[in-house]
Amino acid sequence: MTEPILSLSGIRADIAQYHILHGVDLVIPRGELTVLLGRNGAGKSTTLRTIMGLTTVTDGNVRYRDTDITGWPTPRIARSGIAFVPESMGIFGLLTVRENLILAAVNGPMDEARLDWIFALFPPLKTFWNRPAGNLSGGQKQMLAIARAVIEPRELLLVDEPTKGLAPAIINDLADAFEQLKSQQVSILLVEQNFNFSRRLGQSVAVMSDGAIVHAGSMAELADNADLQHELLGLALGAHQ
Amino acid sequence: MPLAHRLRHLHTDQPHLFLLALMMILALLSINPLTWLVLTISGVAMGAMLFLMASGMTLTFGLMGVLNLAHGAFISLGAFAGATVMTFWMADTAEHADLLVNLLAIVPAMLFAMVVAGMVGLVFEHLVIKPVYGDHLKQILVTVGGSIILMQLIEVVWGANDMPVPRPESLQGAFIVSDAVPLIGGIALEKFRLVAVVLGLAVYGLMLWIIDRTRIGILIRAGVESREMVEIQGYRIHWLFLGVFVAGSALAGLGGTMWGMYQEILSPHMGDEMMISVIVVIILGGLGSIRGCFYGAVLVGLINLYVGFLEPRLAAVATVGLMVGVLMWRPQGLIPVIKV
Ligand SMILES: Nc1ncnc2c1ncn2[C@@H]1O[C@H](COP(=O)(O)OP(=O)(O)OP(=O)(O)O)[C@@H](O)[C@H]1O
Ligand SMILES: [Mg+2]
Repeated sequence: MTEPILSLSGIRADIAQYHILHGVDLVIPRGELTVLLGRNGAGKSTTLRTIMGLTTVTDGNVRYRDTDITGWPTPRIARSGIAFVPESMGIFGLLTVRENLILAAVNGPMDEARLDWIFALFPPLKTFWNRPAGNLSGGQKQMLAIARAVIEPRELLLVDEPTKGLAPAIINDLADAFEQLKSQQVSILLVEQNFNFSRRLGQSVAVMSDGAIVHAGSMAELADNADLQHELLGLALGAHQ
Repeated sequence: MPLAHRLRHLHTDQPHLFLLALMMILALLSINPLTWLVLTISGVAMGAMLFLMASGMTLTFGLMGVLNLAHGAFISLGAFAGATVMTFWMADTAEHADLLVNLLAIVPAMLFAMVVAGMVGLVFEHLVIKPVYGDHLKQILVTVGGSIILMQLIEVVWGANDMPVPRPESLQGAFIVSDAVPLIGGIALEKFRLVAVVLGLAVYGLMLWIIDRTRIGILIRAGVESREMVEIQGYRIHWLFLGVFVAGSALAGLGGTMWGMYQEILSPHMGDEMMISVIVVIILGGLGSIRGCFYGAVLVGLINLYVGFLEPRLAAVATVGLMVGVLMWRPQGLIPVIKV
């Protein structure tokens, strides 16, 4: 395995008075796409939010590159090179597509070449450039959310269930985008329920249950082992295979 | 009926313009046209001053959900600080009745008031507001306490007695429109009110430009929608908020200077006495909305003048009635800012 870009060890985290994560150990290899799977309520979103400094960590630590970032304020984590696309996408609906991207480019004016690359990946963003982002369709919003995360080069992307509720054609566009990011050596941690989508993209995989990681390994291994899938995910994948 | 048709459209798309048109038409039907014109200009002037006083508070609330009930004390502070410069300056230039010279005297007064109110705002945010983020009940208690302290400080610096404000010679009195002018010949337009209108419009224009066109403005609008997402993008929302709070305090100071010169007599409580109107204005317009705040202020200014002319005892009731009516019609205010 390559040297990790991010590692969580023994992370315990609370939301309000509830203990949500009970000792998460997770290693994200550099330059790979890692999929985080798990049933509803397993703690996947909370794990991503914890990496971004959005929950209270009571124990354990988060290391990014060679630095312990546990307890850093969210903006500092973001500026150190981690982009986060939350489950809700977090689009600024009253801002235009353009304004959403202007803000996402924290280091100054947007790079034209990069913007062209984004337009090629997601043409609707060009079409609706000056429209309020709140008027975009669900799939277009997801495109914008991902575009925001990559408008400037970032080392690590955390993306929470990007395919939720989207039509197959758009899911394909998103998969293409992730493929391109992978080829640019961007490290990605992707939370997904759509196993076919994850299997297609993922190199590593981790499975969560009840606030802890219960399995970690290569995607190939999990993809080939229907029993393991059944055991970990309760997936009846026979029909798909 | 094209007019009715247009009104119906306004009704749904532009409730603020609809209400403005409705109010002006109703007033015109019950007041003689020349009086109506004078009242309308005066109402807009009052609205302009109210806007200056209220705009900072709506942004503070919209962005951070902070209810700063000490905002009125900043209005008073601005009034006293501005009046101090006026008094000092007028001692030299009282003999100049030239409009330009007198306008030049107001500018340093306004700037000084903004600097004083802004700097006190900076300290106030740190000592009073910051410790109570996210807790409305504590904010109410703490900012009311802070407000009392600020008013005491004003008394310490400027004395406990009411203080008269010199209004520059050339801003007293009125422009009389010559009888030769058709329709509006013979009416008197108080100069000071015209200055207030121009200043209010200029500040409104500047704020719209900042909010609509600049990166800071985009950040403020984004922050009103979701503070968390602004932080996720890598911006420290607290710095943004501090900037807005200081700017809002400075604007309250500017509004206070104008209001003080308009009243021509100052008391440390004068800002507090405006708080009911300020709160009505920002609720009416939609919390966090600059446009809403502007139209809310103009509507409150107009209804005050119209009803004050028709039935003075009902002016205050009408203001609150306006707010209740609008809230029943549009619970989020006239130009809502949607919070996600
Ligand atoms: N704000 C909150 N307050 C209380 N409990 C919460 C809160 N947010 C999440 N939880 C709880 O934390 C646990 C983990 O939630 P989380 O959203 O991380 O799960 P998830 O794996 O992302 O689920 P899903 O697949 O449904 O998105 C759940 O039991 C959830 O009920
Ligand atoms: Mg989730």
